[in-house]
Amino acid sequence: MIERATRVCLARHVRMRDDPRTGKPVLLAPERGLELNATGARVAVLCREERTAGEIIDRLILDSDGATDRQIEDEVLSFLRALEERGLLVTGPS
Amino acid sequence: MSDETPRPYTLIAELTYRCPLGCGYCSNPLEMSTDNELGTADWERVFAEAAALGVLQVNLTGGEPLVRRDLEALVAAARARELYVNLTTSGIPADAERLARLAAAGLDSVQLSVQDVDPHGAAWIAGRADEPAKRATAAAVRDLKLPLTVNVVLHRGNIGRVPELVALAEELGALRLELANTQFLGWALANRDALLPSAAEIERARADAAAARARLRGRLEILFVRPDYHADRPRACMDGWARRYVLVTPDGVALPCHQARSIPGLAWENVRDRSLAAIWSDGSGFRAFRGEAWMPEPCRTCDERQVDFGGCRCQAFALLGDAAATDPACALSPRHDLIQTARARAEASAAPAAVRLRRLRQVS
Repeated sequence: MIERATRVCLARHVRMRDDPRTGKPVLLAPERGLELNATGARVAVLCREERTAGEIIDRLILDSDGATDRQIEDEVLSFLRALEERGLLVTGPS
Repeated sequence: MSDETPRPYTLIAELTYRCPLGCGYCSNPLEMSTDNELGTADWERVFAEAAALGVLQVNLTGGEPLVRRDLEALVAAARARELYVNLTTSGIPADAERLARLAAAGLDSVQLSVQDVDPHGAAWIAGRADEPAKRATAAAVRDLKLPLTVNVVLHRGNIGRVPELVALAEELGALRLELANTQFLGWALANRDALLPSAAEIERARADAAAARARLRGRLEILFVRPDYHADRPRACMDGWARRYVLVTPDGVALPCHQARSIPGLAWENVRDRSLAAIWSDGSGFRAFRGEAWMPEPCRTCDERQVDFGGCRCQAFALLGDAAATDPACALSPRHDLIQTARARAEASAAPAAVRLRRLRQVS
């Protein structure tokens, strides 16, 4: 399971683009499309390069305007785990 | 497009019916023509219209798309509209240089059909065995670092070999393995007695797939599409009629699914005559079974109508002659006995019978 120390990166076949009908970003992969909320989009952009989940969490905490550090960590880890479950993320040990 | 009209996410672009294989479960029509295929410019326009309609994915399929000499141009045209471009291929002929050109043109992923791990089984169902070509195609896809899906249609002839099929997918470096039980429409319905497995065979295959899925989690995604003949509830065919998918045939007819043209009395239009957006939103065939208004009882008040969308209209027509009837695959259908009888025949019969292979016939 992905934890703060896990290194994460979007799988190379995953493509991120804006959905012209909703204006929201989506991740595309074979037989899959995933609409992203604002946090998801920020995390996905950071996942274009390999880094640890902790680094992503810390970047989002820096930019935060209201949510607690714990809330941000929970949201990011849960999103990264959902990406991994769908085969959209490559992970490795720190 | 009105507010109530859903937007399609995926365009199934059937580029040609020409194919080196003759699979006895093929989803192409029983009567096919290879005349009058859409040209490069037609498809470029269809891709543009699909993207404007909200489509995000395009599946380039057939027949065998590799027989189209303009496939590179078509991939580039789809990619220029930012579509995620999937190629569905038999892998025949294996041509690493061509795959490299397709990748350079913007191809995003490849789905390779595998008929069987046993060459005799492959020849029985498809008329020929091509394991070396499929292996070479998979190797080329892997070298290009494109994601590979291996698709296997399961039937009585190969359903006992799920562990071997999983091993092959691992060996080929697949990212996904689709184990899709035969859907009994078109050619498959004509071959139903030869292809329908017993309940015990399906249960063993499902258990083998589940064990492999647990073992390979994170490395190989394994999907097992349960057959509606053994599920007692209909499948959510195409995720609902004219809801998420739009299909264009080689000669330009826009449809909500592969088999919809088999239903008489529905009017279908050609993308040569009218825009895809117009056909999608108010083509009478698309509107015929969209939403719930068409549903009879027991579907109309069923708690699962937003899960299965009333099942498969083509199956209702194929088995009952009435596309608006409850799908007989549903145990609540008054004609579920038709499915039970077919199942009983599968339980009672011995070795698989001969298969009527898909052969192209000129009909125009």
